[in-house]
Amino acid sequence: MYVLIAVGYALQLAGLSQRGREVGSCPLGNTFEIVQFTAWSAISLYLVVGVTFRSSILGYFTASLAAALTLVSLALPAWDGPQRRSLFGGNPWIEFHAALAVFSYGVFGLLALTSLLFLLRHYSLKSKRLGGWFSFLPSIFDLDHIGVRLLGFGVILLGASLAVGSVYWLRDTAAVTTAKLLTAAVWVAYATALGLRLRGRLLAKRFAWTCVALFAAALASLGPVDSGRRPPPPVRTTADLGSPPQ
Amino acid sequence: MSAAVFFVVGATHHTTPLAVREKLALGAEAEAAFHAELAALPGVREIALLNTCNRVEFYGVGAEPGAAARVQAAFCARQQFATAEFDKFRLNLSGRDAVQHLLAVAAGLDSQIVGETEIFGQVKEAYAAAQARRSTGPVLNRVFQKVFQAAKHVRTHTQIAVGQVSVANVAVELALNVFGSLSAARVLLLGAGEMGEKTGRAFKSRGVSTLTVASRRLGRAMELATQLGAAALPFEQGEVRLAEFDVVVCSTAAPIAVVPVAAAAAAMKKRPARPLLFIDLALPRDVDPAVAELENVFLFDLDDLAAIAEKNRGAREAEVARCRSLLAQRADLLWQQVEPRLSSGAPADPRPPLLRSGPGFADGSPRPGG
Repeated sequence: MYVLIAVGYALQLAGLSQRGREVGSCPLGNTFEIVQFTAWSAISLYLVVGVTFRSSILGYFTASLAAALTLVSLALPAWDGPQRRSLFGGNPWIEFHAALAVFSYGVFGLLALTSLLFLLRHYSLKSKRLGGWFSFLPSIFDLDHIGVRLLGFGVILLGASLAVGSVYWLRDTAAVTTAKLLTAAVWVAYATALGLRLRGRLLAKRFAWTCVALFAAALASLGPVDSGRRPPPPVRTTADLGSPPQ
Repeated sequence: MSAAVFFVVGATHHTTPLAVREKLALGAEAEAAFHAELAALPGVREIALLNTCNRVEFYGVGAEPGAAARVQAAFCARQQFATAEFDKFRLNLSGRDAVQHLLAVAAGLDSQIVGETEIFGQVKEAYAAAQARRSTGPVLNRVFQKVFQAAKHVRTHTQIAVGQVSVANVAVELALNVFGSLSAARVLLLGAGEMGEKTGRAFKSRGVSTLTVASRRLGRAMELATQLGAAALPFEQGEVRLAEFDVVVCSTAAPIAVVPVAAAAAAMKKRPARPLLFIDLALPRDVDPAVAELENVFLFDLDDLAAIAEKNRGAREAEVARCRSLLAQRADLLWQQVEPRLSSGAPADPRPPLLRSGPGFADGSPRPGG
């Protein structure tokens, strides 16, 4: 199974690269590309996490999520509208910001899957149904451990993305739209969940449900984020990053 | 020149009562000596002895059909057991049936607990011992090696060995479902009775490094702790220090619950993020059933464990027919390979030279290197 996922991953990477070359930037120009990139990000992480935790069931779920996202995005031509070639204004930092943000959504997607597995394992232990399909689930301790790590990683990635983006937003406060505030709200929500988890205030089943609900909210926010985007003001050089206008 | 015979003769748990098996059991030293004696019997070309608590079986190749009877007679004489009495219980198969029987034994289909894996190791040990004593030849080598492959195939491609079927092993499996690896798990045995001991051994065999025994009889706790390589605690401390453990196995004879909800809740307050698993093997129960409602706490009592074991046993039984069908195909193939070796005609005494001269075996001592 691992080989099949790796092959699919490589093919998707080739497709994204091809699209990137065509549009001359990171392929995050429309909903289709964002969804494809999110699926690719989730698989990227699984290829690391799955090996570390030897969790084959996570592979099934991740592959299913990626397949579902990919198929849906292919089935809806409207998502792949005309390219907005000047979307990132030719600025690699904005591209980096966008790529990090979408990658973090991939992490949160994997976290949601892990949380669903946790809930299933929790149900199996509490209801004492351990045979059949449940026997393939990882241990509840391992699932919780993976979940906390993924949450921490996702918060760091989205935080870094927002930090990069904020350099531009601070110079152009008019660019701070509701969509951007939504992304920031997603980060705050995940960061709060992480803080509560680390302090022992949000545990086990409630933690898992929170992660699932947050991902649903994060996905729902993708629409407004995508439609609310407008090309940033042209930036002269990347060196300007170090000296924003006063 | 008559064709040689591949045979098995012996007694198994299927037909032989425990009291009789006790009389037929061979100790380790007696086994080595008797093995040598059998190898020196006239007409016995190859011999291997499978000696476990559930069976004593002699797999051999005889120069003629009477070899199996000679092995049986020698065994009965050694154990001072009447041959006529032995006939009532004995297993005596030859040819393809003997091959199929060995396949079923190695795959765990003939075991008391169907699908158990220990028998596979015991068959391997029996073959290794026979090889070391130089009593195997072309037929037994072929048969045993192919049997090991087939047994592995069956275990891998069927559900015959899936799920634990003893209460102690089910307890360990539950702990694996909660913690994944048990190497870092801390296990407390509350009560040092037989059930606690068995479960403690099962946990130890699965790599638990921190095992603690707490009992009202501190002497017994210390005795069991020494046997298991564990630590011992007075019973009261075990209750107080509940939060320090990940798995608590309760098997006391207390008339009331020794782990009330308040105690479990207090323990969880000190370790909210780490799951706590209670295995309650006591009757009456040691753990208040309401403990199961606590967050991150999992409770399984004797009925739960027995139900899981029974379900696993049922699943294994359901696989038996499929396994037997697979093994029958393997037996046919293997017999096609072995039969020509038996019927092609063999020299008067084709045993390896060390078996022919016999002095080393005649006195019952193992051969050099054996």
